[in-house]
Amino acid sequence: MPRKKRLRKVVAPPGFKGYKPYGSSQYKKQYVELLYEEYEAIKLADYDLLNHLEASKLMGVSRPTFARIYESARRKLANAFVETKEIRSVFGNARLDGTWYVCDECNARFTIPIHIRDQACPICRSLKTKIIKN
Amino acid sequence: MKTVITSKRNDHNAPFDPRFGRAAWFCMIDDESGKPGFIENDQAEATGGAGVKAAEKMVELGVQKVISGDFGPKAKELLEKFNIQMVIITDDHQSIKEIISRLTN
Repeated sequence: MPRKKRLRKVVAPPGFKGYKPYGSSQYKKQYVELLYEEYEAIKLADYDLLNHLEASKLMGVSRPTFARIYESARRKLANAFVETKEIRSVFGNARLDGTWYVCDECNARFTIPIHIRDQACPICRSLKTKIIKN
Repeated sequence: MKTVITSKRNDHNAPFDPRFGRAAWFCMIDDESGKPGFIENDQAEATGGAGVKAAEKMVELGVQKVISGDFGPKAKELLEKFNIQMVIITDDHQSIKEIISRLTN
């Protein structure tokens, strides 16, 4: 079984649900799914003009992981442009500011600051924790 | 790592205080020395801004984890900004000693 993906910190979710091409005869109602963390990677690297190391620290992942997310984001955008596809933003493996978790064993609710590496419950160390969607 | 638990009195058998800003005492546990200490909350009777003051105190003390019953919106924002972990436990009939033993096991 592959190792669980570490959640990527996203400061603000994208302000759109998606983009659609117009004025195209080739548009076939296909779409690519741009994950929140991919949007965040594009934003940090190409809008805020941070280097990959700084950006990776902000998202709480390693620099190589950041580079992979960024590459995947660019390829999805390129794919959407060239093949006139719609872009949809989906949640992905993101962790937003103010995300709360709940432990299934002891019902404690907690936040996970960026420097904590695991997602175990801080009270009973149980790994049966999940995100509370708000 | 320093952990703070909100407490109604300054001894180990004291009940856990479910409020954060207006908790009577803060019980601080330092992982390195292993000795719990109690800090009085001078904002317990304040009319306003108790949560923010308490959160500022946590930052000053270098606390990394706060265990309480609830956090107000302003305190939440501040603790989040300073990367302090917030833990909410609902069972308020526990004593400080019981919570500490749950943490260490």
